Amino acid sequence: MTLSLEPLAVVFLTLMIACAVAVLSVRDLLAAVVVFGTFSFFSATYFAVLGAVDVALTEAAVGGAITAVFFVTAIFRTDRGAD
Amino acid sequence: MVRLSLIPFLALGAILVAAAGGLPPVGDPESPPATHVSPRYIMFGHEETGAANLVTGVLADYRSYDTLGETTVICVAGLACWLILGSRSRGDKER
Amino acid sequence: MNFAFGSPALDAASRLMTPFILMFGAYVVMHGHDSPGGGFQGGVIIAACVILVRLVRGRAGGWNLSPETALALTCAGVGIFVGVGLLGPIFGGNFLDYAALPLSLKAGEVRAVGSLAIEIGVALTVTGVLTLVFDALVEARNDG
Repeated sequence: MTLSLEPLAVVFLTLMIACAVAVLSVRDLLAAVVVFGTFSFFSATYFAVLGAVDVALTEAAVGGAITAVFFVTAIFRTDRGAD
Repeated sequence: MVRLSLIPFLALGAILVAAAGGLPPVGDPESPPATHVSPRYIMFGHEETGAANLVTGVLADYRSYDTLGETTVICVAGLACWLILGSRSRGDKER
Repeated sequence: MNFAFGSPALDAASRLMTPFILMFGAYVVMHGHDSPGGGFQGGVIIAACVILVRLVRGRAGGWNLSPETALALTCAGVGIFVGVGLLGPIFGGNFLDYAALPLSLKAGEVRAVGSLAIEIGVALTVTGVLTLVFDALVEARNDG
């Protein structure tokens, strides 16, 4: 049981879990997309902290920009509420 | 129903937390991924591929079959999206 | 083709940012050997730039990158990849073996040139695919 608990890792992982719970609990899909974007940026920063800068760049570009845009476009095709 | 779905969720979470204890620490040079082929990449990667960034060296040179398959998958996935979603704008009669 | 969030502030901001995003995307593709990056990341950044312009100004401001052109870019990317790979057997090596290319450089540098070529192919593919998917999503909304 050797979980490495560096402070930065704890901070970013906690923020990621908070963002994930918020994505699920928000009723407005557009707000959920925005929170999902922040989740992506936290995970990108966490990858950068771990030293995987290539993965961080990919996560920031794909998760933060492209996925959000595609989700917003898909939401505009359908209804905005989650129910 | 939501209460009921909590039971497998919590069980899965407990399994994952228990399994996370078996993972090697971050950056452990003795861990299995860092002992087989990684030392060779680290020692000879720069002079063999000419890439200072080892990730690109591995992706584009040592593992370029992998990247070729990945590119093909991306291409086919985009084609499928375009064919399925954009059939109206192209004026296809039957869909 | 009315899917545009245009406003003067957004328009000015996108006009200001677009060249720098494009330049950064090209830098990430070209310099992927020595710094973090590569074909996939650079292609995504370039596609994000194209999509930004489309979001702000609609299709009219999108440099007329039609779906057919994006499709051609996609297939050209895979074609570049396979073509560079096939240069290996032509010059007496293995498939995707860049060391066989007849260039008067050091061994590592020849392979770096080959890798750069396939990175450009990957970047073209990713840019084309993301633009294509975005166009398909938007057009399906406008016409349906």
